[in-house]
Amino acid sequence: MTDIALNQSRWHFSNWPVWLWSFLGALIVWVASFSLAGQGASGMLVAALSFAVFTVLVGLGQMFVITLGPGNVDLSIPATIGLASAVAMKVMDGQNSLILFGLLAALVCGLAIGGFNYMLIRLLRIPPIVATLSASFIIQSVGISYGRGLQIKPPAALTDFTFSRIIGVPVLTIAAVILSVIAWLVLNKTIYGRTVSAVGQNPRAAHFAGLSVERTRLLTYLMSGVLAALCGALLAAFSGGSSLSMGKEYLLTSIAVVVLGGTSVAGGRANVPGLWGGALFLFMVSTLLNTAGFGSGLRDVLTGLIIVIAIALAGSRSASR
Amino acid sequence: MSAEVTKTANESRPSNLSRQRLLRSLLPAVSLVLVLLLIWGFNPRAISYFGLNLMLNLAIPIALATIAQMCVMATNELDLSIGAFVGYVACVTGTFMATEPALAFLMLAGGIVVYMLAAVVIHLRGVPSIVVTLGLSFFWGGLALLIRPTPGGVAPEFLTAFLSWQPPFVPLPVVLAIVLALSVHVLLMRSSYGAILRGSGGNERAIRRAGWSILKAKVAMFALAGFFGILSGMLLVGVSSSADATMASGYTLLSIAGAVIGGAEFVGGRISPIGAVIGALVLQLASSALNFFQVPFLPGGRIPQEWQVGAQGVFLILILAARVLISRSSSK
Repeated sequence: MTDIALNQSRWHFSNWPVWLWSFLGALIVWVASFSLAGQGASGMLVAALSFAVFTVLVGLGQMFVITLGPGNVDLSIPATIGLASAVAMKVMDGQNSLILFGLLAALVCGLAIGGFNYMLIRLLRIPPIVATLSASFIIQSVGISYGRGLQIKPPAALTDFTFSRIIGVPVLTIAAVILSVIAWLVLNKTIYGRTVSAVGQNPRAAHFAGLSVERTRLLTYLMSGVLAALCGALLAAFSGGSSLSMGKEYLLTSIAVVVLGGTSVAGGRANVPGLWGGALFLFMVSTLLNTAGFGSGLRDVLTGLIIVIAIALAGSRSASR
Repeated sequence: MSAEVTKTANESRPSNLSRQRLLRSLLPAVSLVLVLLLIWGFNPRAISYFGLNLMLNLAIPIALATIAQMCVMATNELDLSIGAFVGYVACVTGTFMATEPALAFLMLAGGIVVYMLAAVVIHLRGVPSIVVTLGLSFFWGGLALLIRPTPGGVAPEFLTAFLSWQPPFVPLPVVLAIVLALSVHVLLMRSSYGAILRGSGGNERAIRRAGWSILKAKVAMFALAGFFGILSGMLLVGVSSSADATMASGYTLLSIAGAVIGGAEFVGGRISPIGAVIGALVLQLASSALNFFQVPFLPGGRIPQEWQVGAQGVFLILILAARVLISRSSSK
């Protein structure tokens, strides 16, 4: 806890957990949005909880990757979302009976991409940024030639599932919360999770302590690929079909929610609850800008500015590389 | 002074390391020759004054964006907004430069100021440049859309006049590439303050101990990046004679790939301006080359258009693999 307290001391709220800020930000923007609209507070919240699921899914994978230490980031997430969603839709072919196979195919696709990323990093000894970037070039092309003219509707049962609710709360949200709890347990209670943090703090020390650094890296990139693929399949079901550019916005959001949520960008310290705060905050910001009736140009300008300002406030000097 | 320190450090290294360096620095040039030979093999007429002019026309804006990216990479950061920024510059140029030049120059100068501010935020707040610049990419994209909701605009006359100039013997894009590579090389690799600037990514502590401000160096590098981004956007309008908010969105990835092919690394402030320009040319030529390649087993005998992006990825990986092979063989 001491490092968190140190980080927060300039706010004079030294005992506040770091992830609370992102939730506070989301709350403020939410209040501003529904006061401006004069209605729809609960509708906005439900929408935010639904959309946050996709952001949190990719955010979890990105968070583990970033926690591996400086230079580790997965830039292939948008391309993975695009390809995996196309694969899922093609395998499912709109039939309810094939949903499981479709999801499985998407996950295999994610595994393959994660493995490919790791192979590039390991064999070519290049920074993960370049590796995942080169991989995303190739994945994009595979996606374009595979998904050409692909207009398959998702199976009705899967779409219904993505929209279903229990006592007003989207089922997807509940599932994602459970997944987040599992991720938290994995991060804090398993050898793998502790190794991720250890590698992020000092890879040499982790290596000399006998931890399997390379296997941990491999697992982390595999996981990022799988989560992005899952996000892609669900997103396609949620939005009524797959498109290659569907994942585009998740490059920024996957990294932004990790940083906004209080995960150290220098690696070694992850924060699961903060992801939700960050994801809700980003969705609320876009809701606010939509409610205010701005055109798409102005909306983008303000989104960019708000993200940079929020990141600048959330970032800490102690996390510098 | 710091330049001398780096020099002696280089000389004291074992000789196989310097050979490795030489091989690595030759790699971009070798790949350029290979690509040119390939194109020549498939279509000899392409390697002519007009053929090169045509193929490399769009390579110069990319080369400028690559130099901009390289300036940022020299400080151990990454600029994911360069594509959107070049689009913004193109929209400003295409919309205001001909009619209201003063306003246009003011808006472009504002771009450099934002770049400098981004450097301050990244350095002082210790936040990752990828997020800040991704955020800025929305900012530039939004501004470009506000300025130019629909594609259009006109290229200012001085630009079209300049670009239609046909120097004797050597096509204009080749001349521009050589001038760009050499001038940035002199600026960053041969001047004493250039060593300080690169040192902000190479050895931050040493530069700070020597009494130089890391913040100033980073701000200067980001300002340079903004400057080259502006040149890139202006030339892009000159070449394509209209502007569009998303016309350069591919430049972000291309510029990183080009800089990496050219020998830049993400840590240590290791950059190569000449390599970066060659890297950009190689990437552009490689995608032109795809149009010439005859592949017997493919339908139509041509590589499909959608594999152009993928080919650039494969190309990047091949060059990086060659680099690894060079280091392995030298270290034996």
